[in-house]
Amino acid sequence: MNPVNYLYLSALLFSIGAAGVLIRRNAIVVFMCVELMLNACNLAFVTFSRLHGNLDGQIIAFFTMVVAAAEVVVGLAIIVTIFRSRHSASVDDASLMKL
Amino acid sequence: MENLIGLLIAAPLLGAAVLLCGGRRLDRVGHWIGCVLAGASFVIGVVLFAHMLALGGEERTLREHLFSWVPVGGFQADVAFQLDQLSMTFVLLITGVGTLIHVYSTGYMEHDERRRRFFGYLNLFLAAMLLLVLADNYLLLYVGWEGVGLASYLLIGFWQHKPSAATAAKKAFIVNRVGDMGLSIAIMLMFTTFGTFAFGPVLASTDRASEGVLTAIGLTLLLGACGKSAQVPLQSWLGDAMEGPTPVSALIHAATMVTAGVYLITRSGAIFNASPDAQLVVVVVGAVTLLFGAIVGCAKDDIKKALAGSTMSQIGYMILAAGLGPIGYAFAIMHLVTHGFFKAGLFLGAGSVMHGMNDEVDMRKYGGLRTYMPITFVTFGLGYLAIIGFPGLSGFFSKDKIIEAAFAKGGTEGWILGGVALLGAAITAYYMTRVMIMTFFGEKRWQPDAEGNEPHPHESPKSMTIPMIVLAFGSVFAGGLFSLNEAFVKWLEPVTSFEHGHSPLSAGAVTGATVAVMVIGVALAWAQYGRRPVPVAAPRGSLLTRAARRDLLQDDFNHVVLVRGGEHLTRSLVYLDHTVVDGVVNGTAASVGGLSGRLRKVQNGYARSYAVSMFGGAAVLIAATLLMRAV
Repeated sequence: MNPVNYLYLSALLFSIGAAGVLIRRNAIVVFMCVELMLNACNLAFVTFSRLHGNLDGQIIAFFTMVVAAAEVVVGLAIIVTIFRSRHSASVDDASLMKL
Repeated sequence: MENLIGLLIAAPLLGAAVLLCGGRRLDRVGHWIGCVLAGASFVIGVVLFAHMLALGGEERTLREHLFSWVPVGGFQADVAFQLDQLSMTFVLLITGVGTLIHVYSTGYMEHDERRRRFFGYLNLFLAAMLLLVLADNYLLLYVGWEGVGLASYLLIGFWQHKPSAATAAKKAFIVNRVGDMGLSIAIMLMFTTFGTFAFGPVLASTDRASEGVLTAIGLTLLLGACGKSAQVPLQSWLGDAMEGPTPVSALIHAATMVTAGVYLITRSGAIFNASPDAQLVVVVVGAVTLLFGAIVGCAKDDIKKALAGSTMSQIGYMILAAGLGPIGYAFAIMHLVTHGFFKAGLFLGAGSVMHGMNDEVDMRKYGGLRTYMPITFVTFGLGYLAIIGFPGLSGFFSKDKIIEAAFAKGGTEGWILGGVALLGAAITAYYMTRVMIMTFFGEKRWQPDAEGNEPHPHESPKSMTIPMIVLAFGSVFAGGLFSLNEAFVKWLEPVTSFEHGHSPLSAGAVTGATVAVMVIGVALAWAQYGRRPVPVAAPRGSLLTRAARRDLLQDDFNHVVLVRGGEHLTRSLVYLDHTVVDGVVNGTAASVGGLSGRLRKVQNGYARSYAVSMFGGAAVLIAATLLMRAV
């Protein structure tokens, strides 16, 4: 199978994620879309690693996963805090830069 | 001897300080302090005069350097005095006539509760005027010049509870400011041109400057002279200045203030000699003013205002003579001195009449006063004969010389100026005869005033009549003494230089013409006012009479052209400020504000709109990178 197809898939996943971030209002869904975009990138890295025959892309994919895990921790904590004070997880409600 | 020069000024200045700061405890003796210090100044003047006579003609300039005032690099201003023949003449006139007016005021102001203050101001006036004529540089002269302006303001508005007096004082001050501006510009021009403003260096080096600069200095000096000496076009304050007490009018018109302009032009003679254009303007101003004042004087029923018109006219003669150059300076000063005698006498006489008539000034309500006030009548009458140029009296000698010098100017100009001066002499005779007849001759015309007090005309006390008698002596004899062997001209010659003018008419012809026009003027006035009774209510009069009663519309002219014009200019400038200047500032502020209002909407707080801009930005960056690569 031609590895370039993985790149197409990666672009597709990235676009879906981006569209989700822009369109959806539920903070959890937006968050999951961000994860989707990160993982689309990971797929692209790994594919390029395969195409170029070296391990650089795979190493960067690992970095991305670590960063994503840390980001999940912080992001979920913020979302939970907002939900507690507003009883809603809509990103549009949190538009005032204050609780 | 030189040390005495400072004392001349110090005496009246001390008087002013003591009287103005001394408080009420000096109320009872204040006027005597004022008289004594003015008299002391006169005595010092006489001592210096005697000392000066003992010296040779060219050595008669005494100098006293008091202290360095502003020594800054090339700018050296000294407080230093210079007493030469010209200054000496003024010193004697100022302190002599000034002292007589002080003595007179002790009687005239006897019932005024602010008499002490009045004498303080009089002393200040003398001190300022002495500083003006004794200064040895233009900057110190300017200090005296401003001091005179201040003192005249205080004295004209002395009865400041009367709104008319307060307004007149302000008017005199403001009109004088216009002239002062001219003088200050002249001083600045001198400093930039010659690097100094001391009389000696400036007047000795006029050949170093171009004629254009000298004309500019001359014209700005003339503007200053016009303000102080009430010459057209800055003459409007003089008539209103009659609001002050009568001794003040005498002081302003005879000894101080209005003579300052003539002094300035004579002192700066070297500048005017080097600039024929400036000289021409000076003679034109003098000639116009001499007719202007004379015509105004003919129409006034207020005795003081008639005399004020006369002063303006006589100062016009002096300025005219001063504008003629070396053929005229000495005669300008000679007329100034004789005029100082008879005009002071006339004003003090007018004050004496008012004193006896419950402060009535309308000559139509006088009449037949010669039997009630014999001394005033005789002294006023001698002053009258002197001013109209009756042969043998002071005014005859000095005025005749000026008319002769005017003819000697030469060419068409000479004929015009001489003609104007002769015409002025005829009008002078007319209006002074009118004043004389309306006041002292004919039927008595006074009536009880609104409260039923009928005036009881009476002779004034000795304190007032003695100065009048002394001045009458001066009016009679001064001119003759000065002309004896050309004594006055020779006395002034080292300072002002002198040339004999070559008149197209012989001296005898000019004298004959002067006497003839005087007789015509007197006869006309007698025909109009002496032969038939003077109506108590002023007749409507011709167009010229009505205009002259309003000072030939000078106030209307000033109002329409300067006041209204100024208002319009101000209004249009305010409009310009509001629309253009404020418009630019406010427009900038409004557009920046509007733009920020728009930009603020971008910051709406929605996470997704920030995300759009991030994605958009990233997309643009990537597109740009790809494009660059493709290229």
